[in-house]
Amino acid sequence: MAQPHNNAHIDIMRSPLGRARGLGSARAGASHWWAQRLTAIALVPLTLWFINAVIHLKGAEQTDIIAWLSSPLSLTLMLALIVATFHHLQLGLQVVIEDYVPDHAKKLISILAIKAACVILALICIVSVLKLGL
Amino acid sequence: MRDVRDALMVARNTDGKLVRRPLSPHLQVHRWPVSMALSICHRISGVALGAGTILMTVWLAAAASPGNAFAVVQSFLGSPLGYLVLFGWSLALIYHFCSGMRHLYMDTGKGFEPGEYDRSGWAVIIATGVLTVVVWVFGLLAG
Repeated sequence: MAQPHNNAHIDIMRSPLGRARGLGSARAGASHWWAQRLTAIALVPLTLWFINAVIHLKGAEQTDIIAWLSSPLSLTLMLALIVATFHHLQLGLQVVIEDYVPDHAKKLISILAIKAACVILALICIVSVLKLGL
Repeated sequence: MRDVRDALMVARNTDGKLVRRPLSPHLQVHRWPVSMALSICHRISGVALGAGTILMTVWLAAAASPGNAFAVVQSFLGSPLGYLVLFGWSLALIYHFCSGMRHLYMDTGKGFEPGEYDRSGWAVIIATGVLTVVVWVFGLLAG
């Protein structure tokens, strides 16, 4: 039987320099992973619904879009699709940038720019569908 | 050396010359199983769909705007180039959808046995092809 103090080194998996620099887990990985999966699951039915809706809106006039979004169900599902899509997108693009951009400053700026772009695009979509449907 | 952990990555080769150890993944030396190709395609299609959301935003914003903005967008989407863009968008979406379902399944800890791992990978490719054709057949017949 190993004594508890013999296992103490297992608690320190980071180099002292890494610890001094504050490198290592930000303790936010699990919530990021979980949000990515939850939005993915939400997008399974929403995507199927959206593909079907887009097929039926082929060559639509503005009045057809207004008629489609005037239904509270369509408008609600469209808002859910927009929120889930852009949340999933910014989480995914963040990981891609973290993997491929080693420079800290460039990484931070790219991630912030991506998140800002996702928020703005999502808001444009939300304002547009509300304007059409309400 | 920018980081003390880099010390672990330096070694001598058989000639005694200092070299940096190669970092994983060793893309050049391994055979590409279907899952490796699917994995990177999942990323590529995800980034492509990010560009696709700009198209969706333009479409919705144009529909909500006065004037003929929406007519311009719809006529572009109805042009041969528009159909090409829509085809690429649908292919990326359906692929990311099918591959994402496989990832969700594997997130439960299942599907990692060699046979099933390859079979589910090929199933993603076949499902993507079939579903894309089905969507376009319905899309072209609709309206």
